Amino acid sequence: MLTASGVALLEKPAMTLYEQLRQDVRFVEGLKACMNCGVCTAICPAAEFFDYDPRMIAVEVQSRDEARIEKLLRSETIWYCGQCMSCKTRCPRGNCPGLIINALRKLSQELGYFTASRRGRQQYALKEVLITNILNKGYCIHPDSFIPERHPEQGPVWKWVFENRKGLYGRLGANLDQDGPGTLRKIRKNVLGELSAIFDESGATGFLDKIDAASREKAKEMGLTDEGGMDRYFMHVYTSSEL
Amino acid sequence: MKHQAKARIWADYQKQIPDDRFYYLRSCIRQNLFPGSEQAFLRILRNELGKAIFDDPAHTTCAGIAYHSDLLPFETLQTIAARQFALMTGAGYQHAAVSCVTSFGIYSEILETWKEFPEEEAKARELLWKATGREFEVPKSVVHCSDIIYHFKDRIAARQKYFLRNRETGKPLNLVEHIGCHYSKMFPGKGVGGAEFSCVLSGMVEAWGGHVVDYPERRHCCGFGFRQYLIMANRGYPVSNSRKKFESMEPYRPDAIICNCPGCTMFLDKWQYVIGEMEGKTYGPERSGIPVLTYEELAGLVLGYDPWDLGLQMHQVDCEPLLQKMGVACDPSMKYKGVNGKNLGRPALPACFRVNKPEAASL
Repeated sequence: MLTASGVALLEKPAMTLYEQLRQDVRFVEGLKACMNCGVCTAICPAAEFFDYDPRMIAVEVQSRDEARIEKLLRSETIWYCGQCMSCKTRCPRGNCPGLIINALRKLSQELGYFTASRRGRQQYALKEVLITNILNKGYCIHPDSFIPERHPEQGPVWKWVFENRKGLYGRLGANLDQDGPGTLRKIRKNVLGELSAIFDESGATGFLDKIDAASREKAKEMGLTDEGGMDRYFMHVYTSSEL
Repeated sequence: MKHQAKARIWADYQKQIPDDRFYYLRSCIRQNLFPGSEQAFLRILRNELGKAIFDDPAHTTCAGIAYHSDLLPFETLQTIAARQFALMTGAGYQHAAVSCVTSFGIYSEILETWKEFPEEEAKARELLWKATGREFEVPKSVVHCSDIIYHFKDRIAARQKYFLRNRETGKPLNLVEHIGCHYSKMFPGKGVGGAEFSCVLSGMVEAWGGHVVDYPERRHCCGFGFRQYLIMANRGYPVSNSRKKFESMEPYRPDAIICNCPGCTMFLDKWQYVIGEMEGKTYGPERSGIPVLTYEELAGLVLGYDPWDLGLQMHQVDCEPLLQKMGVACDPSMKYKGVNGKNLGRPALPACFRVNKPEAASL
């Protein structure tokens, strides 16, 4: 870049991936100086069932190597953690790989890298289910959208509850979709408006828009859109185990 | 000397639990899956213990499930929590009583973050003001509702109608407990007894006449994993974790499982059905399951509340064998009734969860 007098100015270099991670307070809290003892991996439930090693997550980010961090951001690996935070209890240095994972997943979505992995692409389905519930109902989970076809593991008793929810919740003293206090009460419009304003002000709306835009692009690339609709992509990422 | 050192360490895990005037923060999963538990909690506090607890219609989800599914920035989570605190402040309450373990972990994490990074609190205040025009005071205390029941366990015992004893043999019932990970694994000092020796549930069981069984995988996660459960393709992870727990507790022949986290209660109940369907394997006697109860349900039962008012009919693993052992009087004909006794039919796999086919089947 040149000034009017033709003097070259050095452009401020963009932040490295490591520096971007350091912007997240959870990363600062989650990674002091890992000594690689592996206690986190020993206690980690995800390490037991997946090809996942929280110790290596700390090693990779601690390397500050741009290429290695980018590879991680595009990988399946960062999506295996179950967020139980057992690692937090055990680390002798007070690190928490679970928090490092939070920062990595956030950055992966900010940069649009998450669609490079099958498990990363699932963020679209999660967004559709959870954010719709929160902004429309005021709950993360609501009986109207906890449909048995998507939850066969809930078994026949939940199917019965779902089909008889008005009568059953009422019998249990709940206040399903009604005004006033109580279990599963209707969250008033002005309250939902406050939640929506919090989403706008605190960056959630912009963040979710990024997830949506990158997902739509990926859906097109995978040939999973029908006249712009995302239903096939949703079902694909929700149900498919194919890489 | 050694004893004094131990006493000092143990003192770190003795939690201060307020006596009265709570602001109730409800749980998404508990409201959906165990609505009778939240009702029972309010009934116990108000009617049995004479405590004040405010049930505010204006509070919302803490959004914790979306946060741990990595859909929301930390700033958003903090601002939603700040709004709940503002409602508390406005209503004149200083003690939050949190129904959900995920929410309890979130409020704990936020308050600890604000101590270490005051600029985060300042940011949350500014964002909340811009979004809603609200202001808040930091709560004096945030406790999980199981802490409150633990705190009053002896007063509940004094009003006990049924005991955690086998009515026929007189022997204490064997209960296993499962503590939700976010209750004390993140901040051990915030749980009664810390992370390894949590006694919030075992204290209740012992106070009400039961025997707590220690089993190897007692502290293993139920496997929820947020995105690992919510996405259908990922559900092998949660069921595998719960299966590990069932295999570990099976040799001790527990009469029931008790949980303080609504998600864990749901999974330990439902995955028994799934494992039964997939592998033909069951963990209770006579090819049945192990009943899984919330601590509110357990407290309600010992106080003599009707099991169907508590919502035990919403469990996939039938709780009737436990009721029979305890000698709880109830009317089975009311199990599947709705408002005003209206008949609601019955689930397709009714009454007692029993797998009749030993061969594996696919779900």
